[in-house]
Amino acid sequence: MSDYETVIGLECHVELSTRTKMFCGSPNEFGAEPNTNVCPVCLGHPGTLPAANRQAIDHTMKIALALDSQIAPRSLFHRKNYFYPDMPKNYQISQYDLPIGTGGHLDIEVDGETRRIGMNRVHLEEDTGKTFHASATGRIAEAEYALEDYNRAGVPLVEVVSEPEIRSPEEARAYLIELKALLESLGVSDVRMEEGSFRCDANISVRPIESGELGVKVEIKNLNSIRSVERALRYEAERQRAAVEAREALVQETRHWDEGKGVTLPLRSKEYAFDYRYFPEPDLAPIEPDAEWIERLKAELPELPAARRQRFVLVHELEPTAARLVGTDKEWAGFFEEVVGLGADPRTVANWMVGDLTALLREAKVSLSEATVKPRHIADIVRLVEDGTISTAGGKQVLAEAFASGKAVEAIVEAKGLAQISDESALLAVVEEVIAENPGPVEQFRAGKEGVIGFLVGALMKKTRGAANPQEAQRLLRERLSG
Amino acid sequence: MPVEIDVDHVARLARLALTDEERERFRAQLRVILEHAERVREVAAEDVQPTSHPIPMQNVFREDEPEPTLSQDEALAGAPEAEKGQFKVPRIVEME
Amino acid sequence: MAELCDLTGHELARMFRAGEATALDTVESCLRRIEAVEQRVKAFLVVTADLARAQAGEVDKRLAAGGELPPIAGVPLGLKDVLCTRGVTTTCGSKILHNYVPPYDCTPWARLAAGGSVLIGKTNCDEFAMGSSTENSAFFPTRNPWDLETVPGGSSGGSAAAVAAGEVVWALGTDTGGSVRQPAALSGVVGFKPTYGLNSRYGLIAFASSLDTVATLTRDVRDSAVLLSAIAGHDPKDSTSVQEPPRDYTEGLDAGVRGLKVGVVRDWLGEGVQVGVRASVEAAVERLAGLGAEIDDVALPHADYALSAYYLIAPAECSSNLARYDGVRYGHRAEGTRDVVELNMRTRGEGFGQEVKRRIMLGTYSLSAGYYEAYYGQAQKVRTLVIRDFEAAFERFDILLAPTSPTTAFRLGEKAEDPLAMYLSDIFTIPANLSGTPAISVPCGLDDAGLPVGLQLIGKVLDERTVLRAAYAFEQDLSLEATPPLVAEATG
Ligand SMILES: [Mg+2]
Ligand SMILES: [Zn+2]
Repeated sequence: MSDYETVIGLECHVELSTRTKMFCGSPNEFGAEPNTNVCPVCLGHPGTLPAANRQAIDHTMKIALALDSQIAPRSLFHRKNYFYPDMPKNYQISQYDLPIGTGGHLDIEVDGETRRIGMNRVHLEEDTGKTFHASATGRIAEAEYALEDYNRAGVPLVEVVSEPEIRSPEEARAYLIELKALLESLGVSDVRMEEGSFRCDANISVRPIESGELGVKVEIKNLNSIRSVERALRYEAERQRAAVEAREALVQETRHWDEGKGVTLPLRSKEYAFDYRYFPEPDLAPIEPDAEWIERLKAELPELPAARRQRFVLVHELEPTAARLVGTDKEWAGFFEEVVGLGADPRTVANWMVGDLTALLREAKVSLSEATVKPRHIADIVRLVEDGTISTAGGKQVLAEAFASGKAVEAIVEAKGLAQISDESALLAVVEEVIAENPGPVEQFRAGKEGVIGFLVGALMKKTRGAANPQEAQRLLRERLSG
Repeated sequence: MPVEIDVDHVARLARLALTDEERERFRAQLRVILEHAERVREVAAEDVQPTSHPIPMQNVFREDEPEPTLSQDEALAGAPEAEKGQFKVPRIVEME
Repeated sequence: MAELCDLTGHELARMFRAGEATALDTVESCLRRIEAVEQRVKAFLVVTADLARAQAGEVDKRLAAGGELPPIAGVPLGLKDVLCTRGVTTTCGSKILHNYVPPYDCTPWARLAAGGSVLIGKTNCDEFAMGSSTENSAFFPTRNPWDLETVPGGSSGGSAAAVAAGEVVWALGTDTGGSVRQPAALSGVVGFKPTYGLNSRYGLIAFASSLDTVATLTRDVRDSAVLLSAIAGHDPKDSTSVQEPPRDYTEGLDAGVRGLKVGVVRDWLGEGVQVGVRASVEAAVERLAGLGAEIDDVALPHADYALSAYYLIAPAECSSNLARYDGVRYGHRAEGTRDVVELNMRTRGEGFGQEVKRRIMLGTYSLSAGYYEAYYGQAQKVRTLVIRDFEAAFERFDILLAPTSPTTAFRLGEKAEDPLAMYLSDIFTIPANLSGTPAISVPCGLDDAGLPVGLQLIGKVLDERTVLRAAYAFEQDLSLEATPPLVAEATG
């Protein structure tokens, strides 16, 4: 579809990890019994008033600063008015024309190329409660009734909206990974898609590249993982392209991603357009940060993923790709630096992490923090391989075992007998055996067929079940045969 | 400027079930009130800043400190209907 | 002879400490008065007799033990039913909250209760404080103790009537467009709306958030100062409450008005103002001049537009504030609905009265797509102009003087079918709400029919003291001796 351009914009909602909710002192905590993290304010009781959480505002400004957004000298909360039973006041305190942050950008890397995605806005609002649709068929439209839990109602929620400058599902994926990493580095959110603390809606349209006109924008909801964002966008781009080619009219609409079927489906169209009747929230004062406040937050900003990757390239001399793989995620970068801090060579550490460790994690479907493998393991493996105590192949075995059991590296080497035989007298005995048992190849080598040495080393390794140091074995074999 | 109000649309936005009689009465009364209210346009010039608050203030925050919550029973005490610790409502047909 | 229930709060405070009366005696006196007149006045939605007796008994015990208590201790109080009281039904005069029992106390009552205040009951009001006669209560209208065929004003009509009839000694109301000052004027008591934000709005069930102000209804100006002192000051639960520490507003009360510059809002004494009202207010001007105040006329050129702006701003905020009454979490729920939209629509259709629906419709319309700038946006600009008018006036004057209401108490039903005529009843009170300035209504005489007239004094933002001082000087000099016939009859 090279003659079509895909235009994607992402709207991400990030729940902040504050101690309390946005406008009241109820705990901001996942997984409590229904309607226990509530108070008169977040239940929307008559007469209650919101009081803004300073920490949440600091967090939002940090996100904006990290994205290079402009911090508004004056920003306002607005009321967004619409009825829905998960919203106790039937309006959401949100932001409208004066958000905390506007503009900015996020750099992403796809296929070795860096692309700068413009940001539209960063604003702060309150989350809604949770609705359980009691439905025998599992379909919301066929539900008999619904239940409301307001534990989540009022949790601080930051909306990060990109410009429609993302050009492919792959870029959307890279954008989400980068944004997630940035938020994690800032320590402002758990950023867990599966717990709903990081959510994403996508806007997508396609248009023939030559035509100046814009495509018809479709919004996709119910995207519960980065993978589903990518899949849904790929599906939707293809659907829209096919429609344009077939000269079918596309409608501006909201579609629902069906993860199981792998398709987007139109949501029941509304009876009439939305009219949120925004107006300035009269119960709250404007936010007017001065230079001192902004400078303090800037000073508190941690190293962000982009800077960290750059440092890994410059200081640890990693390849850019390796730097991206170990330097983007906060947890991975921390792990990497810990291993390096234990004295291991950075490039070797990165290789182990990107290669074997990644494969093991993927297979076991666990995250690095959940894994039993600790930085100490990797550092020990790197050291033992380097000093020749174990072979690279042995190192892989040790890692797999450490991954499974969490046992110390030395213990595993010991138990599995993986230490290489470098002791000359021990090795010489085996060399003699190999020569005695392979008269043919020995003859060939002596006749000048250099390549046969590999076969002989292999035979020796087999006899020692891999425990021999192959370099040492080859040296001894050559000595003996030329002697 | 005579004001025509789509009473049904507004009532739907406001989630108010009106009787036919109310609909007619409001249509007439709202027109009169709005025509009176339109006088604000006579004086509100371009260069006048709107005031949303009589006493100007800014940066009013609370610290991120937990406060006592209601128990589940207290939270549900006024609920017309509840089930499994949650507020029960009839099915939600409109996706919003 | 006056009964305890007819005295002022500051007199009772002195008597409690001198051993001349007890808080419990005073509560019983109020309850007897309620027994005698309430069937005719209908000021209360709920009388909390047992609670009052218990609270009074506690105060008497603490005073007898030599405890230090603030002057509001033991004085019987009425609370307008838009103020949340934990465990005591709070209805806003609406069917939609007929069964609502708040799980918390509003800040003003929490502060009073901590000081030993005694709650006699929750007073009737126009539904959600929308109205000027208390006829919009979903339960019953309240009547004016001065003439039972007339209204007590509104929306805090229950509080005003209860104070006037001796059912409580003082009361709290709320003033969004004049809802304390206008009923004070019509019921012959003192109504004081301080600066917006001086009293916390936490627990005041919102009508129009940027205008709502908790205000006092008392028998004299000193009581206004005493009661205000007990509730005013910053509340972290209300982000719009001003950063003022608690103060004693009785300080300097008797400093007089000599040299005080008083601006008479001349435009508000012209046509459309009842002759009796005009006469009493003109006489008040003379009286203040006689006391040494420097009088001159002042103009508030944009005040004419204030009513229009108010009837855009208040309904807009109300349409949003009242969205939470949806039949899901508390209050009334319509029976037998099939889905949530129907539940919301029927609950609200059944639960709200005519005036509330009218304002929700008005506010929803004026905020809806395409109309925001033309209506709400413009109204907020008019608000700026009204504030500028006041600022200009206060460069020349310390205080502004005007009638509180263009009329004295009108007859029940007289304006019920004409919303615009009812709205005009607040024409002189609304500007002080738009600008947030403190304003008091103090009785200044009776008209030919023997109905009270209110004099309004408006001060600078956060200058409650000058307002109280001027009102006190006037009140002391006038020393109006007049009692509602109902009270005269009850005290026999
Ligand atoms: Mg949002
Ligand atoms: Zn809460």
